[in-house]
Amino acid sequence: MPVADFEPVIGLEVHAQLLTESKIFCGCSTAFGAPPNTQVCPVCLALPGSLPALNRKVVEMAIKAGKALGCKIAERSVFARKNYFYPDLPKGYQISQYELPICLGGTVHVAQPDGSLRGFGLTRIHIEEDAGKNIHGDAASEVDLNRAGTPLIEIVGEPELRSADEATEYLKSLRLTLVYLGINDGNLEEGSFRCDANVSVRRKGTEKFGTRVELKNINSYRFIRQAIEFEIERQVELIESGGTVRLETRLFDHEKGVTRSMRSKEEANDYRYFPEPDLPPLLVSKEWIDSVQLPARLPNQAFSELAASGIPATDARTIIADARLVTLYFDVLAALPAITDEGRKWTANTLCGELSRALNDGTADLAALKCTPAQIARVFALQTGGTISSTAGRTVLAELFATGSEPDAIVTAKGLAQVSDTGALEAIVDAVLAKSPGEVEKYKAGKKNLLGFFVGAAMKELKGKGNPGELNKIFKSKLGD
Amino acid sequence: MAIDRAQVRHVAHLARLSLSAAEEEKFAIQLSQVLGYIEKLNAVDVTGIEPLAFAGDQDPSQAKAALRDDRALPGLPREEALSGAPQRDAQAFLVPRIIE
Repeated sequence: MPVADFEPVIGLEVHAQLLTESKIFCGCSTAFGAPPNTQVCPVCLALPGSLPALNRKVVEMAIKAGKALGCKIAERSVFARKNYFYPDLPKGYQISQYELPICLGGTVHVAQPDGSLRGFGLTRIHIEEDAGKNIHGDAASEVDLNRAGTPLIEIVGEPELRSADEATEYLKSLRLTLVYLGINDGNLEEGSFRCDANVSVRRKGTEKFGTRVELKNINSYRFIRQAIEFEIERQVELIESGGTVRLETRLFDHEKGVTRSMRSKEEANDYRYFPEPDLPPLLVSKEWIDSVQLPARLPNQAFSELAASGIPATDARTIIADARLVTLYFDVLAALPAITDEGRKWTANTLCGELSRALNDGTADLAALKCTPAQIARVFALQTGGTISSTAGRTVLAELFATGSEPDAIVTAKGLAQVSDTGALEAIVDAVLAKSPGEVEKYKAGKKNLLGFFVGAAMKELKGKGNPGELNKIFKSKLGD
Repeated sequence: MAIDRAQVRHVAHLARLSLSAAEEEKFAIQLSQVLGYIEKLNAVDVTGIEPLAFAGDQDPSQAKAALRDDRALPGLPREEALSGAPQRDAQAFLVPRIIE
């Protein structure tokens, strides 16, 4: 039986480092990249007698994530000890939350090609601390505890994903939301946004989940896809050849593109959780929860808004991929003479076309844009007002992004204004018609597509600066249409 | 509730304790006695009472976690941080090579 007869079931657990200045239970800095063991103190080194003190910002950020993802925020949550031995865990336990996490339920929305959103359920979000890092050597391993105690939220998804593609889209959407909220930097490579995947397969049509395997050590979207796809095939082959899938943790080896069983880590997940005696329950008031502010538009709200105004899903996704583009989009809209669907589409085209080209060329930088939203909006006004053609509009935009000069000044300097003066255009139209009696005959006999020929000829006379709309109108009236 | 030697071995392994056969026997008896003593609590009727996670849990003024402002402060100088380590190099704690 081939892979096609099986259905994969995937649930993701995402660990996201919170962008606080200090650690979760002590005042040590969380800055990345410092020399080993220079951001440590008695608390994060687990020296005897030290006690944890919870960072308020961590709670606030967890509430923010919960609100943005539609979770229920618990007014009382409890910290718990997760006990295991590993060199990067100085206390011999990780302070986490177990039975009573701070956020319950929730949804990750994924933008679809048809402009709709698809929701995938969350189980919970809890607060916990990160471990240190081991640097493996030949004779011994070094332990760097700078990262120990960095605040994390773990976002646990329901097993509702059915393919590596869905898993990847889910992660991208979740990452984008956390980055928008300003609580995570979304850096997969440095490990500030990490993912473990629980993967199982079952025969299509069956209800019961298969035995799941936990995949760890995946630090890019490409690897996530590869690891999940490899694991699905491995499990199907195993079942097909009469074997059974073992409940285990496997590491993804990105050099070989395979997953392999972890030999060294605690084989049985016997963490002996119990309530953390050093920290009282975390109580958050309704007032506190209500006072935590979300940005004006979360990526999915922006996506829906863009899609509803007729902007293609691919463009909408390009725009929502960067919060700065979303802000710019709505700022340009606000600066237009009137907000119309035409204006929305033009603005989206400008951001996904001219601006993205300028960003790729390096002539513009989103972090330090040289022009204002009002200047961009002015180009639209110049186009719709007939001062310049849409082709000239693109030239003005390129120059605007590169220099920040006033659009009107660019039009003058580059001689881009089109001739819209009726008298001047009529003279040219008359001349063109006089030169082509044969075509005029045929047009009048019904060959209406010759209009393009006439307009083209007039444009040539005008060196491309004629207003095509006006020319069309004048030709038609002169030819008796 | 009686604890047998296999359970003692399991718990000892999780705690990375190495026990002799005699110790396993001794602790099986002791742990069984401790659990038996604690089991007396089962006699109390706790219907309708929320589980307690912390002393004073039900009193918000007592239980409220003391929260700290998010401000980075200097920690220990590295020399001091590493000073108690049984094995170290210039920048880190050293442990036997980890094989994954």
